[in-house]
Amino acid sequence: MKRAAPTSIGHLKIEDAVKVYRSRNVETLAVDHCSLDIQPGEICMIVGPSGCGKTTLLNAVAGFHGLTSGRITLDGELLCGPGKPMAEPGPDRVVVFQNGALFPWMTVLDNVTFGPLSQKTMTTSEAREKARELLADAGLAGMEHRYPEQLSSGVRRRVEIARAMMNDPAVLLLDEPYRALDSLTRAMMHEALLEMHARRPVTILFITHDLEEAVFLGHRIVVMSARPCRPTLQMEIDIPHPRDYSITTSDAYRGYVESALDAVHLEAQKSFAANEAEARP
Amino acid sequence: MGDVMQNHPAATAARKSRTLRAQAAAGARIAQLLLGFACAFLFWYLTVDVWQLPRFANLPGPSEVFSEWFSPDPIYGLSFYTPDYYWHILHSLARVGVAFVLATLLGVPLGLLMGWSQRVREYVFPLFELLRPIPPLAWVPLAILMFHGTETPVIFLTFLAAFFATALNSMLGARSIDPSLIRAARCLGAGEWRLFSRIVVPGALPQVFSGLQISLGVAWFSLVAAEMVSGEYGLGYLINTGYSMATYPTIFIGMITLGVVGYLTSVVIRLIEHALLRWGNDEQGGRS
Repeated sequence: MKRAAPTSIGHLKIEDAVKVYRSRNVETLAVDHCSLDIQPGEICMIVGPSGCGKTTLLNAVAGFHGLTSGRITLDGELLCGPGKPMAEPGPDRVVVFQNGALFPWMTVLDNVTFGPLSQKTMTTSEAREKARELLADAGLAGMEHRYPEQLSSGVRRRVEIARAMMNDPAVLLLDEPYRALDSLTRAMMHEALLEMHARRPVTILFITHDLEEAVFLGHRIVVMSARPCRPTLQMEIDIPHPRDYSITTSDAYRGYVESALDAVHLEAQKSFAANEAEARP
Repeated sequence: MGDVMQNHPAATAARKSRTLRAQAAAGARIAQLLLGFACAFLFWYLTVDVWQLPRFANLPGPSEVFSEWFSPDPIYGLSFYTPDYYWHILHSLARVGVAFVLATLLGVPLGLLMGWSQRVREYVFPLFELLRPIPPLAWVPLAILMFHGTETPVIFLTFLAAFFATALNSMLGARSIDPSLIRAARCLGAGEWRLFSRIVVPGALPQVFSGLQISLGVAWFSLVAAEMVSGEYGLGYLINTGYSMATYPTIFIGMITLGVVGYLTSVVIRLIEHALLRWGNDEQGGRS
């Protein structure tokens, strides 16, 4: 029982996913027969070089675009597959975006309550009450009436996670959410995310190109090959949760980072060589 | 805790020096502004009154214009003291007002729809792009043929260019919204209407307002053109008759008045914009 997962919802299964982009006469294979089985409550880190097609996979789960073939199921229910070219975006799979997507014209409270009020699952006062609780849990009490521009980028990310968690999603889809943050803030974000996950163990599909981030956060990391995107290495990170930054000095942690580094380095080299070959006439 | 900080002597001193700096900056700005005006008037005075350059000699100098403007008994019949002056301003303002409001009411929704819905855009945009480059003056004959009286053609011409500017900018505004925001709203379960009203409209608003500024500018522009063609009152008419009746100081009075009134109307739009877009420029913590 290393995955302390009291919930049973959030079993995300990707089977044989293929995505081909067609533009005029050029076909680009972005995702190549990619299969992933993510257990309820698992934090699954997808690591790969930039532009390798990891986001394509996440977008297919989120329902922003379809797959060429293959299927995606969430708790046995077909999201996207034969006969269903594209998943519908919905509050069971909320995305936190790379550059942040808080609505700048809404206060923190209006942002966080936007989900349930859109789905009409709560009254305004219920939603506000729950939002205040979530914000307080995340250490954001007193920020309710601020606008996103008045917040630091770290606080903005935490608000965005709270906004996602308001919907009690089955899966949280994180697309390099901490990429633009400085390393100190990022370290704080990592601990905050793990704390949140300890309170509410939602399944997390987390995309990153930062190996240390992947090893620190994940129950499992999946290293993707570069273009087309395909899992080349899966690694269980056998360090008990909840983790804090003291583990980053442990031998186990360094060992995981090093062995993952070798795999990623190899992929990065391949990707670089492929780009070089492409650039040549 | 905040109060304690604010009343701290160092904080007070810092605030005081900040206010002083702000005042100094404002003073410098006003000085620069006055200097700019002074240069323009000096140029006018020198070319017309002092050097009397060949083509400038026919023009009235600043002293002539201003003494006419402030005279209770103006030689050419128009000054601050004559009701006619305000009547002209009022006519122009009313025409611009009606045309601008119509252009906004029709242009903003159409523009947002064109930006939001690809189908609407495919239907409307080609026609829109074909009509847009036709200058308002080219519509004069049609306007006169289509509308009765003198007011409606003038308002129609004023409306046209303003409408195109508003609709185009609203469309660009709706299209410029970060796609992540739309995706985020969809993830959170927003339906089409909520997406439009809570994301597209506020997201497009900054650009809608810059469209309104442009629209107001071209409204004044085409108003004066239209008033020169038809109409019996209005600043454009005033300037045109000033030319044909050779009452040259009146032309200057009309032009400067146009500048001032046009500027004031755009200030009004900017104030409305500030009130509506508080989230973009408020540093104090919103509604709390």
